[in-house]
Amino acid sequence: MELYFQQLLNGLTLGSIYCLVALGLTLIYGIMHIPNFAHGHLYMVGAYCVLFLCTLYGLNYWMAILISMVILAVIGIIMERLVFHPLRDSPPTNSFIAAVGALLFLEAGATVLWGADYRRMPEVFDKVVNIFGIMATQQRLVVIFSALALMGALYLFMKKTLIGSTIEAMSQDREGAFLVGIDANMVSMMTFGVASALAAAAAGLAGPLFLVFPSMGGLLIIKAFVIIVLGGMGSIPGAVAGAYILGLAESLGATVFPAEYKDLVAFILLVIILSIRPTGLFAKEGR
Amino acid sequence: MTPSINSLRSGKAIYLALGLLALALPYIITSKYLLHVVIMCYMYAIAIYGLNLILGYTGQLSLAHAGFYGIGAYTVGILTLKLHWSFWLALPAACILASLAGILVGLISLRLKSHYFTIFSLCVGLILFLTIEHWDSLTEGVRGLIGVPPPNPIPLPGGGSIVFTDLNAQYYLVLLCLVFTIFVMNRIINSMVGRTFMAIRNSEELASTIGINVFTSKLLSFVISAFFAGLAGALFAGYIRFLGPPMSHPNMTFEFLLMLLIGGQGTLAGPLVGALLVNTVTESLQFMQSYRYVVFGPFLILVVMFFPRGITGGYYSLKNRIRLKKQPRAAHKEAPPVLAADHAKTKSEELRG
Amino acid sequence: MTLILNTESLTKTFGGLSAVSTVDFNVQKGEIMAVIGPNGAGKSTFFNLISGFLPPSGGRIVFSEEEITGLPAHAVALKGIARTFQTTHLFPNSLVIDNLIIGNRLRTRMNFMDSIFKTSRARREERESLDNAREILDFVGLGEAASRPVDSISQEAKKRLAIGLALATRPRLLLLDEPAAGINFNETESLMHLINKIRDSGITVCLIEHKMKMVMNLADRITVLNYGMKIAEGTPGEIQSDLRVIEAYLGGNEVA
Repeated sequence: MELYFQQLLNGLTLGSIYCLVALGLTLIYGIMHIPNFAHGHLYMVGAYCVLFLCTLYGLNYWMAILISMVILAVIGIIMERLVFHPLRDSPPTNSFIAAVGALLFLEAGATVLWGADYRRMPEVFDKVVNIFGIMATQQRLVVIFSALALMGALYLFMKKTLIGSTIEAMSQDREGAFLVGIDANMVSMMTFGVASALAAAAAGLAGPLFLVFPSMGGLLIIKAFVIIVLGGMGSIPGAVAGAYILGLAESLGATVFPAEYKDLVAFILLVIILSIRPTGLFAKEGR
Repeated sequence: MTPSINSLRSGKAIYLALGLLALALPYIITSKYLLHVVIMCYMYAIAIYGLNLILGYTGQLSLAHAGFYGIGAYTVGILTLKLHWSFWLALPAACILASLAGILVGLISLRLKSHYFTIFSLCVGLILFLTIEHWDSLTEGVRGLIGVPPPNPIPLPGGGSIVFTDLNAQYYLVLLCLVFTIFVMNRIINSMVGRTFMAIRNSEELASTIGINVFTSKLLSFVISAFFAGLAGALFAGYIRFLGPPMSHPNMTFEFLLMLLIGGQGTLAGPLVGALLVNTVTESLQFMQSYRYVVFGPFLILVVMFFPRGITGGYYSLKNRIRLKKQPRAAHKEAPPVLAADHAKTKSEELRG
Repeated sequence: MTLILNTESLTKTFGGLSAVSTVDFNVQKGEIMAVIGPNGAGKSTFFNLISGFLPPSGGRIVFSEEEITGLPAHAVALKGIARTFQTTHLFPNSLVIDNLIIGNRLRTRMNFMDSIFKTSRARREERESLDNAREILDFVGLGEAASRPVDSISQEAKKRLAIGLALATRPRLLLLDEPAAGINFNETESLMHLINKIRDSGITVCLIEHKMKMVMNLADRITVLNYGMKIAEGTPGEIQSDLRVIEAYLGGNEVA
């Protein structure tokens, strides 16, 4: 029984990370209708940023995350301007291919700059706490609660700020948004910025738990896609639900299946769901 | 009429010359290493022709292609190494198995709209990779399949036999398969079946209003594409004789994609041009082997932006521009007379781009 | 006169809102039927239902005594209903003639094996498709432009070509969604001429149109939709004096 609670906690931690990455991907998909295959690699860049800011510049963990979020927001905006904006009117497959190009570049670039070896981020919250008999490192709790806090912040941003509500309006009705005179350029830049910052935050939070290496984003991005497909492509609550479902499915699945098949859980889940409901679990009808 | 026949003749002459060059190649280049590079290019080209059919002609980006390539290779590897099948039986078995996998994947995924299909195919690609990597008892997992036997010798009627430990024999085998691939693609593309694929690429909606069953047509294209990925994989197994899981990783698909895009998607020459070009560049820049995507990544983006139909497509549109300039000005107001021979030979793809 | 198409209480709802509701509609063989109505009256949805692009939420569609309710678009085309779109849909990157050749695909039986081996069936069908395309091209008056790229022909020629593509499937019923949208007055004349020619060749025509003058001159009968419901049906003369129709157009602030 205790094992299950332990896995539950692990699942929530994983789900929190997935959630932050998938939320960014959902925002981009909702606005631009691009599956940004390079999003996981932005997460990777974010992880390196936090790592170097902590180890080389000795920055405080939270400061490092904050600065990485800013750096990544800028990188995200640049990517939008240089790669996706020029391709907005071409056939969708071209944008997909461009995203693949960006992904290859980021991964190779990271390998050139920082080497292919695995690095470990220093642990900040390494104490073990005992909650009702379950042992948990503080870091896991930090991940879970920080992710919740970020989601809350995102919610406030979307509901209370002008630019946030514009993003939401545009993701729901692209043509309608044009009609009321929304600056589409501004919105898509902001979306990429926010999404990339979220990826950086996720990377910073996950950093001390996992290893940092150039291809770390590859598997994650595909899981994030599984999540947003689960969530109905572009639905924010759907992505949140999907992320926790996948996180829990993986960690609980690990108690049933051999560990090396853990990564298969996500993809098999996707295959099953898309075979039964081609528009995702939470999609509204008629889309 | 005259120019079209002339260009037809010159076209044929060029094909003949290229064919002869390909046949004589092992005797022209003496370096074993160079011949090896060419063999690899042909092999990749066969796989890329498959990708070209589904992406370039049917407009569906499939990222599972390397998965089918892996299925082809591992089928040959396992059948010949573990079950001691003849390569010549394992080869068709590999193609059939890859096609069957294509049917299975296609049945589920091709109902999905373009984004979903691409994402789904990426997941399928990863599932295939992870399965190959983890199914130790069958595929030897990360250790890889070592010592796959070469294709069995073919006895010659006058005594003696063709032995496939010989590089030249391998070259001709792969060349034969490449010619077969190009022949099949050419026939498909220049038929109603190919027109059906292109109609889907241009607009699925419109295609369905003129009575095209979009789903079954996409499925056909996808299965043929998987077949050729399987064929390329099977040849790889018999030639390289060592199989590791990375060959089926989506990164391999990305590599195919790069070659196709540079060569020119939706053109008949594109896959071969792309494979030859990208591989020679990569091989001649050995030092940047592992970093080549620092250059190729942005290059891929630029190609998509400025030459969406790659080198071959660029060549055609240049040729057409010149042809239009040569035509008298009046032609713009009044259409030139239409001739039957012209019609039969119109290749819509030549004017695209 | 016999019925070629009729719908019985055809309904389509989107998330609780009905775009088309309980429409009984019929088209007689050989006539030109026009569907009119203010913007948002559900005309295009109605066409999408008939042509199989949308599955209806309720009701039936019968085409020459055969129920086609819920058939997918390509199957509806096979039954003999062709359509055009409001925004001209063509295969933009190919030649004019190539656009029409594919229109014969539904009459061909060749599969990819035929095309690989160039069987006699493949050859025959390729030839038939080309002949069909050329015949249609002459019919819509574009015979001269056959080998030009689609991008290089005029907007009006594109409209004709789009109609030609629908005709290339050799339909018995042709649905035209605003054929005259985006072209000028003189061109409307020649388009009307083409539509009459299509009817005279034995194809029943059903069209959505906003240009009232064109509708009144062209149509044998008119059906009026408003808020997804049929509010009137009759000859142009009857419709022009129908109070509900006048009210619908004035009430919707729509000047036709």
